[in-house]
Amino acid sequence: MGAPALAPAANAGANDLALRLDGVSVTFETDHGPLTALQDISLSVRAGEFLTMLGPSGCGKSTLLRTVADLLPVSAGSVSVIGQTASEARRARQISFVFQDATLMPWLSVLDNVRLPLEVGRGNGVTIDAPAPAEDLLAMVGLRGREQALPHELSGGMRQRVAIARALICHPKILLMDEPFGALDEIKRDQLNVELLRIWEETGTTILFVTHSIPEAVFLGQRVLMLAANPGRVREIVDIDLPYPRDLALRDQPQFIERAAHLRQVLETC
Amino acid sequence: MSIAEQQEAASDPIAARRQNAKRRKATSWRDRWPPLAAVAGIILVWELIVVGFSVPTYIAPGPVEVVTTVFERWSMLMMNLWPTVLESVTGFVVGNVIAVLIAVVFVHSRFAERAFYPIAVFINTIPIIAIAPILVLLFGNGFLPKIIIAALICFFPTLVNVTRGLKAVNPATLELMHVLSASRWEVLMRVRLPSSLPFLFAALKIASTTCVIGAIVGEWIGSNVGLGALIIEATYNFRSPLLYATVILAALLAVILFSLVSFAERKLIRWKVDAAAV
Repeated sequence: MGAPALAPAANAGANDLALRLDGVSVTFETDHGPLTALQDISLSVRAGEFLTMLGPSGCGKSTLLRTVADLLPVSAGSVSVIGQTASEARRARQISFVFQDATLMPWLSVLDNVRLPLEVGRGNGVTIDAPAPAEDLLAMVGLRGREQALPHELSGGMRQRVAIARALICHPKILLMDEPFGALDEIKRDQLNVELLRIWEETGTTILFVTHSIPEAVFLGQRVLMLAANPGRVREIVDIDLPYPRDLALRDQPQFIERAAHLRQVLETC
Repeated sequence: MSIAEQQEAASDPIAARRQNAKRRKATSWRDRWPPLAAVAGIILVWELIVVGFSVPTYIAPGPVEVVTTVFERWSMLMMNLWPTVLESVTGFVVGNVIAVLIAVVFVHSRFAERAFYPIAVFINTIPIIAIAPILVLLFGNGFLPKIIIAALICFFPTLVNVTRGLKAVNPATLELMHVLSASRWEVLMRVRLPSSLPFLFAALKIASTTCVIGAIVGEWIGSNVGLGALIIEATYNFRSPLLYATVILAALLAVILFSLVSFAERKLIRWKVDAAAV
């Protein structure tokens, strides 16, 4: 494994902020008038933090990720990613996004899919220095030997591993994950949760992870951001003070079950 | 990583593919003999009817007579085949290239699509038989009007299919390209065009046979060379075996073009189309 290439970002000191949202609101124009998807969200995320986001459908979890990724404009407030605007951070390749679909190009081999971020964007002012070797990333996500396979030859879980490798190739400071394991069965989801924690510790990247699953939110996150719906707003931020590395057996421990039960109670009032 | 998945990862995909190829070869004869036998049967029945009922040659020649004519009139048939090949293939290329370019414009400009799509539909609804004389009047007796007719007949299915194909991209894939700061050109070249290939080839397969029809219709209206001209000439002179030989040649031309397109499709599209949404 290429340890130096995958090492944590140099300036990710403990007190640096990876992300800062100040009074962010997002409003969509619909046929029935304006719809407030997010209302007055303020949030700070430390560099290297693992933040999970939980909430009922329509609470704006995905919208929040999309404003950070510069996929949606904010109607009010400001988004600061590593001290830059979302658009600047996107061009500097400091943001990566992993979708619920693996969104691989079916005509490209696994290796070429991982390298896709190196092939595009130069015309729009993207600069890429010293990307991680794609082969090392594939080894890290457990796909050594499948470099030349086409996506349809892989299982759903393996395709999502490729998508994670692709997201890491430019050493992003922030990895945004929108229910990345939502379409997988529970066994695969558990495996990938364990692996994602390992990858997070190896790379030191900041992760914002949207999920519908309470156990997933507790198992992965250092903090859980709980959003309420209509309009989407912060309900509560819950610290999960369970030590890492965490393994699956943790889920049967009373301290885990206690925190999951608390989240469930809060979720019922969202 | 589970044991099952490790095994999955370790299993050799190339060996699996080779085994599949072997199986394909073994079954190919089992798959092919029924249609071949059916064709042989039809030809036999045709010959038996013509001989048995003493059908006059000028009404319907038997297959033996048609084949004899092909050999006897070989050089004359070839002389008339090449103009038709030239017109159909040129028309095929021109019509499809223009259709793909316009589809690309449509995908990038709602305005262009709304303005010109109805015109494209209108042109498509005019029977090709009715356009042919107009084009011959405009462009004379040369190759040009036939090429235009062949191109016109290819144009519409490709325009509709490729426009659909270029749009049939997973929205999340477009979001991915935006996060990667890809330009519109990069999105077109790296996402839209490759994912529209299955749609393009569906249209090209149709076009590969209709372009021959277009060229022949053009030759009916005003020409002294080409398979279309030969069909008219043979019909008016009651040279039925020659007529049949010409028709079979025209059909063969279409089949060859179709096979070339299918071959190119198999070479270019190696991914599973169902997996296009992954």
